[in-house]
This record gives sequence, C-alpha cells and structure tokens, in this order.
Amino acid sequence: MSKEFETVIGLEVHAELKTATKAFCSCTTTFGAEPNTQVCPVCSGFPGMLPVLNRKMVELAIRTGIALNSEIPEICKFDRKNYFYPDLPKAYQISQYDLPICQGGFLDIDVDGEQKRIGITRAHLEEDAGKLVHQGDITTTPFSLVDLNRSGVPLLEIVSEPEMRSAREARAYMEKLRSILLFAGVSDCKMQEGSLRCDANVSVRPVGQKEFGTRTETKNLNSFRSLERAIEYEVRRQIEAIEDGEKIVQETRTWDEEKQQTRSMRSKEEAHDYRYFPEPDLSPLKISREWIAAIASNMPELPVQARRRLVEEYALPEYDAAIITLSPDYLEFFDQCISIYNDAKIVSNWMMSELNRLLNQNNMEISDCRLKPADLAQLLKLIDDGSISGKMAKTVFEEMFKSGKKPELIIKEKGMALISDEATLISLIDGIIRNNTKVMEDYRNGKEKAFGFFVGQIMKVSKGQANPAVVNKLLKERLSQ
Amino acid sequence: MELHELTVHELHEKLAGREVSAEELVSSFFSRINSLEPKLRAFLTITEEKALMRARETDKLGKYEGLDGIPFALKDIFCTRGIKTTCASKILENFVPTYDSTAGRRLEEQGGILLGKLNMDEFAMGSSTEHSAFYSTCNPWDLERVPGGSSGGSAAAVSAGETPFALGTDTGGSIRQPASYCGVVGLKPTYGRVSRWGVIAFASSLDQVGVFSKDVRDCAIVMSIIAGKDPLDSTSVELEVPDYSSFLDGNVRGMKIGYPREYFQQGVEESIKTAVMQALKKYEEMGAIIEEVSLPHSEYALPAYYLVAPAEASANLARFDGVRYGLRDFDAENVIDMFSRSRSQGFGNEVKRRIMLGTYALSSGYYDAYYLKALKVRRLIANDFEKVFNDYDLIVSPTAPSPAFKLGEQTGDPLTLYMNDILTVPVNMAGLPGMSIPCGLVNGLPVGMQLIGKAFDEGTLFKAAHAFEQNTDYHKMRPTLGVK
Repeated sequence: MSKEFETVIGLEVHAELKTATKAFCSCTTTFGAEPNTQVCPVCSGFPGMLPVLNRKMVELAIRTGIALNSEIPEICKFDRKNYFYPDLPKAYQISQYDLPICQGGFLDIDVDGEQKRIGITRAHLEEDAGKLVHQGDITTTPFSLVDLNRSGVPLLEIVSEPEMRSAREARAYMEKLRSILLFAGVSDCKMQEGSLRCDANVSVRPVGQKEFGTRTETKNLNSFRSLERAIEYEVRRQIEAIEDGEKIVQETRTWDEEKQQTRSMRSKEEAHDYRYFPEPDLSPLKISREWIAAIASNMPELPVQARRRLVEEYALPEYDAAIITLSPDYLEFFDQCISIYNDAKIVSNWMMSELNRLLNQNNMEISDCRLKPADLAQLLKLIDDGSISGKMAKTVFEEMFKSGKKPELIIKEKGMALISDEATLISLIDGIIRNNTKVMEDYRNGKEKAFGFFVGQIMKVSKGQANPAVVNKLLKERLSQ
Repeated sequence: MELHELTVHELHEKLAGREVSAEELVSSFFSRINSLEPKLRAFLTITEEKALMRARETDKLGKYEGLDGIPFALKDIFCTRGIKTTCASKILENFVPTYDSTAGRRLEEQGGILLGKLNMDEFAMGSSTEHSAFYSTCNPWDLERVPGGSSGGSAAAVSAGETPFALGTDTGGSIRQPASYCGVVGLKPTYGRVSRWGVIAFASSLDQVGVFSKDVRDCAIVMSIIAGKDPLDSTSVELEVPDYSSFLDGNVRGMKIGYPREYFQQGVEESIKTAVMQALKKYEEMGAIIEEVSLPHSEYALPAYYLVAPAEASANLARFDGVRYGLRDFDAENVIDMFSRSRSQGFGNEVKRRIMLGTYALSSGYYDAYYLKALKVRRLIANDFEKVFNDYDLIVSPTAPSPAFKLGEQTGDPLTLYMNDILTVPVNMAGLPGMSIPCGLVNGLPVGMQLIGKAFDEGTLFKAAHAFEQNTDYHKMRPTLGVK
C-alpha cells in the first residue's frame, strides 16, 4: 500500500503597484501603450543615469503591509540583483534583499467552511523588467524585439510561509490576497495583464514527517485556474516520482497551459547567482512612525471589515458575505443596489447566481459590466410589484447585461410586461369559458383540476404575459358567477 | 602674459574689462589646443564650432558675469547632449547622449563654454591614462611621462594651458593623483557634495565629481557653481553651499594640522616626503599647529578598495551589453553570444580584469569573505579619520608616492599601478573631501600635497590651500612641454 502524502505550498506573488509613474523615473505606467513609448534614459539603462525613489510606491507598500498585518521596520534598503537578459536594461534589477519594507504578517482564508491563517514571510519592493516580443516561439524566432514600457514599473513581491496544504488552499490564499490588494487600492490585480503574478513552491512529504520534501518552483501561472491545476499536477508528479523510487530535483518549472502540465526550465545548478549587494545609488530608506500612522488612519475598508459589515448590518450568511467581498467593485455593486432595493439576501442571490454566471461566461470583471446596480434594483422592484414574472426577469436581466438598457425599456420593447388590467383579462377569461362550457360544468361540479386547465389556457392565449395573481382572482370570480 | 597662462578669475577680469571678447578668448584656446594636441593628446573630442558659436552669442549679449565667456573642458565620462561621450572605451566609441550631466549643465548655465572632452583611463579605471582605448596622454612637464589618471586628460590640459579649468571624477584618487603629477590644483569634494547625474558610473559609492584648476581661487569659484543638492541624484546632500571664495583669507593661525605617520612610510619616495614635510614647516611658520597623527587602518584601505570598487563596477558596467546602444557584435549566434562577444571586443583588459574581480567578490559563497569584509574595513577607515578630526582641522599628506612615471613603465604589472592610489584611496573610502596642490619639484617634476578635510568642510581645504599659495610660488610653475 502506498504511503499517504502531505502537500506543502508557499506562494510568491508579484503585484504591480498602482502608481502614476515608474519606480525610479517619471515615465508613465499605463498598460498597453505602443512599444517603447513610455521610456526614458533612466528606465532604459543609459550611462550616467540614476534612480530616484517614487514616494507613492513606498506609500502603497506600507498600505499593503498594514492590510497584511506586517511589521514595517524603521529602515529598509535597496539592493541590486544582477543578471543579464535583453529585457533588463541595467542588467540588474533594483530590489530589496535582506531588509525588505514589510516583515511578517498573515491573512485568513476560508476552505470548506473552515478558516485558516496563512503566514506572510515578507514583502519587498522592486522594479519590473521589460518584455521580449518574438516571432512565434522563442527557440525558432529569427530575432526578438525589446519593449521597455514595463521596465521600471514598481512591484511588490509578497512571499508566504509554506503553510498551504492543498491546491484549493493556495487558490483561496491567492483570491484572498487579491481582494486585500484591491480593497487597499494598491494594485489593479489583473492576472491576464500580468499586474498580478504568482510562482508556486511545491513539495510533498509522507504524512508525519517533519522535514520538508525537496521543492520545485513553478512559474507562468496567470490565472487562479492555472495556479490550482499546476499545483495539482505538480503534487501528482512528485508523489508518483517518489513512489517510483526517484528523487525530486530542486528546480524551476514552468506551467504549460496547452498541455496542462509543468515542465523543467532550469535546475538548481543552472540557477542564477544574483550577486546581491546594496544599491549604492539609493540611501537606506527611513520610514517614520508618523507616516505609517497617517497612512493607517486613511486606510480604505478592507475585506475583513466589509464582510463583518454585511453579516451584521444585512444579516447575510457568511458565505454570501465572503463572496461579495472578494472585490471592491463587487461590494460597491452590492452596496449601490442595496441602497435602492433593501432586501439584501435577494440582491446577493441575484449577484451570486445570474450575475456571476454571465460574468464567468463572458470572462468579464464586474467593472467591465454595462449593467448598473440601480437597474438590477429596479428589476427586483418590478418583480415585486408584479410587473414581470421571476422567470421573465432572468431573460430581461440577460438583455440588461448585454446591452446595458434599463429593465423597463427592455420589457416594453419586447412586450414582456404582465397584463394586469382587469377588463382585458376578464374579456380573455370570458372568451375561454364560453368556448369550454363543458369544463366549466366539471369545475362547478367540484372538479378542482378544471381550474388549472383554465389558467393554462389563459397563459397560452396571453403568451405568458397574464399576471397570474390577477388571473387567479378573476377566474375564481368568473367561474363562480 | 598670454591668455592661456591666465586663471579663470584673471580671464574674467579681461572679459569684464572688455580687454578681450569671448570669441577672441575661445579662439586663442583653440589655437593653443591645435598647436599642442599633436604631442599632448589630452582631448578625445574638440567642439570648436559649437564653442565659437556660444562665444559669439555671449559677446552679442555683452554681459560678462559668472563664467560668461570662460572656456572649460570635461573628462569624457561626463555625458554631453549631442556630443560624443566615450568614457575612453571602444564600447561607447560612437555613443551620443541625449542629456547633460548636472555638473556640466551648471557650468554652461553660468556661461561657461565647453571646448571639448578629455582623455582618461577607460571607464576611469587606471592611474596613468594609458588605459584609454584610443591613445595615451602625455605629461606636459615631460612628454615621455604619464599625466596620471584616470583624469589624466583633464590634468594635462589644465597644466598645459589648453583650458583654464576642467572637471574630472575621483573614485580612488583619479583627480588628486593626476593633479599632483601635472602640477595643478585638484579637488575631490565630499561624497554627496556634487551631483553624479549624467556621469558614467564606475563605483557609485565612491565616485565624486571634482575640479582641476591653476590655482585655489579658481577651484573655489567653480566648486561654488557645481556643488549642491540635485533632486536627480539621491546621494547628493541637502546642505547649503557656501561661497567658497569667502574662505580665501590667507589665515591659518591656530589651525590644527595632523600628518598621519602611515602616509610617510615605506613605498613613498624620500624626495616626496621631504617636499611635503617642508610644506608642513611652512604651515608652522604661518601659525598653524603641526602634529603627527595615526590612521592605523590605512594599510587595509587599498585591498578593501579593490573589492568594493570592482564589485560596484561589475554591476555598473553590466548595462553595456550591445542591446540598446554602444558596440554590438552582429555575427553572434544568439543573445548570450551577442552579450559576450560585444563585451569581449568592447572592453579593454583593465576593465575586464576589474569586472572579473568584482563579479568574483560578489559571488555566492564569497560575499561575506570579500565584499562584506571590505565594507567593515571601510567603516574602520572612516572611524580612523573621525577620531583624528575630533582634535584636528585638517590632515596633510603626500598625494602620490612618487612623481609621474614614464609611459609604458608600469603597464605590465597591475599591482604596482594600484599602489599609486595608496594615499588617496582611504579618502574615498571615508567619503571625505581631498585636495592636491603643488608643493615642490623633484627632478623637474611636480609634487603634490594632499589636504584632507572633514565631511562637507571643503571650506577649510580652500582656506589652508589658499594660504599656502599666498606664501609660496609653486602654483605659478608652468610646464615646459618638452622632454626631460
């Protein structure tokens, strides 16, 4: 019988900090600009150029540290991390080695209704590299082009303790971290655009063993799904290897999204010697306690506080509150909706079922959504006052999501409004009774089922638009006359 | 007196008194340059057309304040917008920056007129200017000798009257040693006093911009212009810049001067020791108090320097990879090959040697034994100075252990060459201001005396150096521009 294995996971997350300008020069940081239009002699590594630290970048890191319960030491410093690559113009990256801006910290995740605390080792500031553009594959391209727009964009690397025990925990950590960064307003966290990136350190060990197994580091995880899949794959691979009597090699691996597997990039022996040393162009950074206090007193609401608010103020279940507080845009949508339509559970249901389904289907963020919270609130009111059935509301909602049109307009355009006008309905009902005198007799003789037949007929003739409540009332009246 | 023999303040008088126009002045320096360069070779680039145009503009305005109309030249390590900046390296042979150094820009804003760019050891690595990738510069006092280095072109050009003053950089003695060899005034200010923006980096924690001039007053004038905080250089210090000319009162009465015994020991030529001791006697006559002091960790400064400086250089010079500018080998097979071939062809041997030293010192497993230990030694050296400065205003020593040596004499053995820096390196390691002024002649070659001050106390250096000039004539010595 094979042994039971325990998985050990630690994550290194790179978050691009939301500054207007780069880490050490005044170039703008807008994503998606024409190649090499956001560059200057500093961020393209020209001779004689010197870095000047962006104050905003430090402030955002402090804000993150506060949100992650980290200690922010009075002194941190910058170091040079040396390696040659065409997208790294100075051939060193300004980073922080032994004295990072944030030390320690934690965040809490929920998995299967259980809360678990995951430790944060540290978070340090650094600058991003540029990127290479190849024609097709890197191994066969006849030449590569360098785009330095991203070079010098500020990053915060957040390193967790190896305290996650499953791919699901790792995903939950990543989702929680993202929500904290979003709420703290420090990063856009767009994994597709690379403003949030993640490397996973994974190892396995027999249950009960104290020492960690040999770990691998997997890169290129640019969605929650690939993070989860890659870890699952890597765990399986490592267990199988051990069971086959092989040794796990410490190495860097990359996730191949197409093949859904990890493959080796470089071994420990091939790993870079980064030759870190203190960056002589920047003095050690002193962070006053007053500055930290000022930032702390201006912190935006964080997920943990928002969640408590939803549970306490609106009596939402913990589960609903956790989902709604995954992103500030999502919470904002909820808050706006609830200010117009005050049944929180109904709003939450619609957001978690219909809205989420459509967002996922279209691979969209709520911020890209044309549907406005006030319009959802309006739709819910229309259901309540009987203008539209719950079933039809779902169709209207889909149209609202697609076009951004107001619900009333869609109902009108599609002629979906319920018919509640008594005169109209009476003439409809009377007509049907006239044509079905036999059934009417049955009903009057106590055959209850006949009532349902009439309702069905009315709905059919009205194409489902007859207001059922009104129909029930009127039909009873007409049949008993 | 010919115009090329005059100091900055004398030339200013002539311009302000309308005895000479800026155009005449600048032209006269170009005739001087054109007649001397074939044998001196101090310049790498001459910017005659631009300079004459600026001179005519100055004359048109007819205002002669500050440096208006005064020519100057820059070591080719200062980036100059639209003008080739090579650092005397093949790898930057055709590099034209789109920006100016802060120090150079401040001089031009004050009306100074750039004559050209001066020769140096490649990337400021060397003590003789023989490590220039293009050609060696000769010492105006003896054309068969080196001018010193790395700012050898700057020292030679000022000494020979090709420019009234020049800027250089000093990482381990690269201003003071050539100033000593060429018989001119050379100042390396306190680290952080002058902006390094636009100056190609050798060892960022040691590099400092400084001045070459004919006399101390000129040095004070130029220093008052280039010193001060620059928001673009985070290591430049926010401290008010005094008018350094106000220190030139000739009075050293009661000034406490220490001379470190370690700087007068083996390795320093007797004739040099004698010249400096005589200068100290002079100070005593002028009312200063002269006492022997000790800087016990001095002997470790050189080895520590040759770990710190190459380590930083190995990172600073890594950007010359052929990707964005500079020399690129187009026959390379792939990108790694391109890096390695471009750098192999672009860098000279001394530069390669130091990159390798530095890379090794920072390598995993060696960092603590080499780089970290060197940083600790650096602290001890700084402490030595601090201790002495608790009781003394100034430290005086020889600038270099010997006068200028012959071209080709020391190129074979890097270690001997490194010994030239033994008296200047500790000052960089401690970040202090140091100045070399002429204090004698040995066999017809100038000898320099080094004055070392407290951090940001350049004023005391100016005061003491100027007082010495007032009582001696060494600063009036001019080279023969021949062979001895």
